[in-house]
Amino acid sequence: MNELAQAGRPIFEARGLTKVYEMGEVRVEALRGVDLDIHAGEFLVLLGPSGSGKSTLLNILGGLDVPTSGTVRYGDHDLTVDDDAAMTRYRRAHVGFVFQFYNLIPSLTARENVALVTEIADDPMRPEDALALVGLAHRLDHFPSQMSGGEQQRVAIARAVAKRPQVLLCDEPTGALDVHTGVMVLEVIARVNRELGTTTVVITHNAVIAGMADRVVHFGDGQVARIERNAVRQPASGLSW
Amino acid sequence: MRALDRKLWRDLWHMRGQAVAIALVVMCGVATHVMFLSTLHALRDTQQGYYREYRFADVFVSLKRAPEALRERIAALPGVARADTRVVAPLRVDMPDFGEPVNALMVSLPAPGGLNALHLREGRLPAPERADEVVVSTPFAEAHGLHPGGRFHVILNGRRQALTVAGTALSPEFIQQMRPGSAFPDSKRYGVMWMERRALGQAYDLEGAFNDLAIGLAPGASAAAVMAAVDGLLERYGGLGAYARHDQRSHRFLSEELQQLGTLARLFPAMFLAVAAYLLNVVIGRLVTMQREQVATLKAFGYGNGAILAHYLKLVAAIAAAGIVAGVGLGHWLGGLLAGLYMDFYHFPWLRYTLEPLVVVQAAAVSLLAACAGAWAAVARVARLQPAQAMRPEPPARYRETLPERLGLKRWMSQPTRMIARHIGRRPLKSALAVVGIALGCGIILTGLFQRDTVGYMINVQFGMSQREDLSLSFTDPTAYRARFELAALPGIQRVEVFRAVPVRLKSGHLEYRTSIRGLESGGELQRLLDADLRPVALPAEGLLLTDHLGKRLGVKAGDRITVEVLEGARPRRDVVVAGLVKEYLGVSAYMDLAALNAFMREGPTISGAWLGVDRAQLAGLFERFKGIPRVAGVAERVQEIRAFNRVMDETMLFFTYVATVFAVVIAFGVIYNSARIALTERGRELASLRVLGFTRGEIAYILLGELAVLTLAAIPLGLVAGRWMCHYIASTMQNDLFRVPVVLAPQTYAFAVTVVLVSALLSGLAVRSRLDKLDLVAVLKTPE
Repeated sequence: MNELAQAGRPIFEARGLTKVYEMGEVRVEALRGVDLDIHAGEFLVLLGPSGSGKSTLLNILGGLDVPTSGTVRYGDHDLTVDDDAAMTRYRRAHVGFVFQFYNLIPSLTARENVALVTEIADDPMRPEDALALVGLAHRLDHFPSQMSGGEQQRVAIARAVAKRPQVLLCDEPTGALDVHTGVMVLEVIARVNRELGTTTVVITHNAVIAGMADRVVHFGDGQVARIERNAVRQPASGLSW
Repeated sequence: MRALDRKLWRDLWHMRGQAVAIALVVMCGVATHVMFLSTLHALRDTQQGYYREYRFADVFVSLKRAPEALRERIAALPGVARADTRVVAPLRVDMPDFGEPVNALMVSLPAPGGLNALHLREGRLPAPERADEVVVSTPFAEAHGLHPGGRFHVILNGRRQALTVAGTALSPEFIQQMRPGSAFPDSKRYGVMWMERRALGQAYDLEGAFNDLAIGLAPGASAAAVMAAVDGLLERYGGLGAYARHDQRSHRFLSEELQQLGTLARLFPAMFLAVAAYLLNVVIGRLVTMQREQVATLKAFGYGNGAILAHYLKLVAAIAAAGIVAGVGLGHWLGGLLAGLYMDFYHFPWLRYTLEPLVVVQAAAVSLLAACAGAWAAVARVARLQPAQAMRPEPPARYRETLPERLGLKRWMSQPTRMIARHIGRRPLKSALAVVGIALGCGIILTGLFQRDTVGYMINVQFGMSQREDLSLSFTDPTAYRARFELAALPGIQRVEVFRAVPVRLKSGHLEYRTSIRGLESGGELQRLLDADLRPVALPAEGLLLTDHLGKRLGVKAGDRITVEVLEGARPRRDVVVAGLVKEYLGVSAYMDLAALNAFMREGPTISGAWLGVDRAQLAGLFERFKGIPRVAGVAERVQEIRAFNRVMDETMLFFTYVATVFAVVIAFGVIYNSARIALTERGRELASLRVLGFTRGEIAYILLGELAVLTLAAIPLGLVAGRWMCHYIASTMQNDLFRVPVVLAPQTYAFAVTVVLVSALLSGLAVRSRLDKLDLVAVLKTPE
């Protein structure tokens, strides 16, 4: 499948991306010329220390931020144009997000948190199906306060994938979880990638996770330091840290 | 500066929008307090100083005629420090270039050093030998542009005489100058003048005699005992009954006004300060709760609970202090304006307006206490947590389905709608507090405006439904009934209804009241009596009808008997049955059938005056004719009465209404804006997450502003009810002999209050909305709650 996907045109094409934050009198160069293609269906891990630019790239890919220079395209979409309405439409239609701190809506149950997204999507799954996919068919009507961190993160994944996005962007999805729960969450992400063919980008500074990926992009100092391709993707259940 | 203090100033700067809104609310509360109390104290001080320095008398009595020799006997009565005899005469004035009827009270000049001294404003006192010189009261002089040297004519006991103005003056006895029977001053048509005693006595055949007496009491003397003794001495001289200062018209009017101002001065600041304190308490409490993590961090560094508490108390004290300083300044300034208005209105010779430290301290203490109490509770709550626990992200708040959802409405509610419902339902007390805050803001707007509505209603009842004549005319003395036909024969007069007015003292048990009984013709259309439902009441053939307020004063109801002591003529004294009570918002009167009153007085058909319906085109001609009839003591025009009433209300109330309304609007806005801002702070992260998930700005604004809308809409009916209740309370403090204020709120007033609340909500919504558009989407993904 990976071989097949690579045959087509990349789903993301980034060329010469730079991002400079002007913070008062200090200039922070978060990205310093990044070239990267991401292919449909691919499982990509962005690895690097804090401040290496991986989150900035993810934010740009997710339509949360625009680059200072360079080009980045998602299919026909130009992601360099700072147009709030267009960005919102893009996120709404194509991108699923998973955050380190879940960012569930505490006043909505698991099912309703998912419905929140399916109600504004074009061709969504049923919330129940999305929750079944992450193994939470039995926790539909529980509020976030009634669930463990791992369960909350799985609801967040269900919420991200329920609209059948082309892209799933995960920023430190296991950052707030213990090993056991973290592995469970990674299994779900891998399953979504495998079964739904969703292009998946995971940010982490946990090198162990890199084993799950098709490709591992090492970040350092705002640039792509190197790209590794895993000959064999390890199952998440085999990971430990 | 210590690091913690730097944090304080930065926090203040960061929350400047909210801080300003809170400070504004505090400012309004403090300013109202300072404005009203400073004005009230200034007026009271001025009144007392004026009375003291110009020797305002303690007891007054009018009589028919007594020899001057009687003065010595009165002065010798125990408790009497000084007795000044006078000649007082009501008369008609013929002002050049003013066609309408003008009346005046001519008083003999007080002796040097005597009671009720004059404060000369212009010119000089009349020269002793000049019988044609007068001092005129300043308001009357101003109304007619009179200055020393000015000339006009008066009818002195039927004889037209030219007078020259020697000076203009103010008198503590006539701070308010009202025509007898009129509730409000009209300086254009009624005034007071003073002339040489000898000249005035000659004109009225009172040489070596007097018809009025002013008495100064010795310290500690009983006014009642002196009055009883004086009444005993004067009975055979036609004494009309002595009355103490508190029944003196000008003093009465001024005292009622000051008392009412005193009520407002306590009530309004209390309400405004209470709302401000409440808001402060809620807002500060929530602000501190939002800083939970910072508190934990400070504790982790080793700051004690005391230091942390002091830090937040300083924060709120800084906000409150800004409001207090601005409020004291604004209140002092507005109080000066208000006091100036009152000074003009009452024609005080001076006004001592100062900012009293006690007033400032009270306002500051209440505001600071409220602010600190709010902060205290919140800081204590946060400080109880162990630092490690407080630094960890708060566990997700617990929510559950709300009542409407459980009742089956859930399937029609979108997820955002459910979020709104559950957020409101999760902490019902907090939501209720927000609703109460907005409702109070809405309610106080009504209190600012209700007086205007009520006055309009009172005018309509008094002058639209009850007193419907064009002119009211009074005779100098009781007159034979046939005068009615002479009046009816005058050109331009379309309808005549006559009345008899008799000064009386009404007694029931130990309660008594001085007023007059009016004898009316039954079936009258120009002067109607109304029942509690404002329907015209037929005059009973026997018995008295009393103003409802008088019934209350005497503790009687229909069917009871009261004693009537007539204070003129043969002075009959007899028990009369109270046939019923009539609704009157102004004044205090008793009514009787004209024939029954004549019979009671043991006199033939006699009248004291008439109400006239006239052809307005012939009004000027009629006024001219009345000038030629010596028996006509005075003519009053109803439209002028209404105008006088409105003028008084405008001069004294409009400023107050305006200020109160502006403040109420500021408070309402402050409450709503803060509610919205706090909601934004509390939910910013949640809403940013939704934005990341692809929700548009409009969609997240719906969630946040939907909640504000629900709370606001819930608050409006509550606020209208609360406001009406507050108006009832204010009205209950405005029930006196001069007027009884009903609670009348026009639909426009309700509409205004609702509009202010809605516009405040809308503006707050827009302000918050613009902040929603600037939410930092990236930051929320990186931070725990």
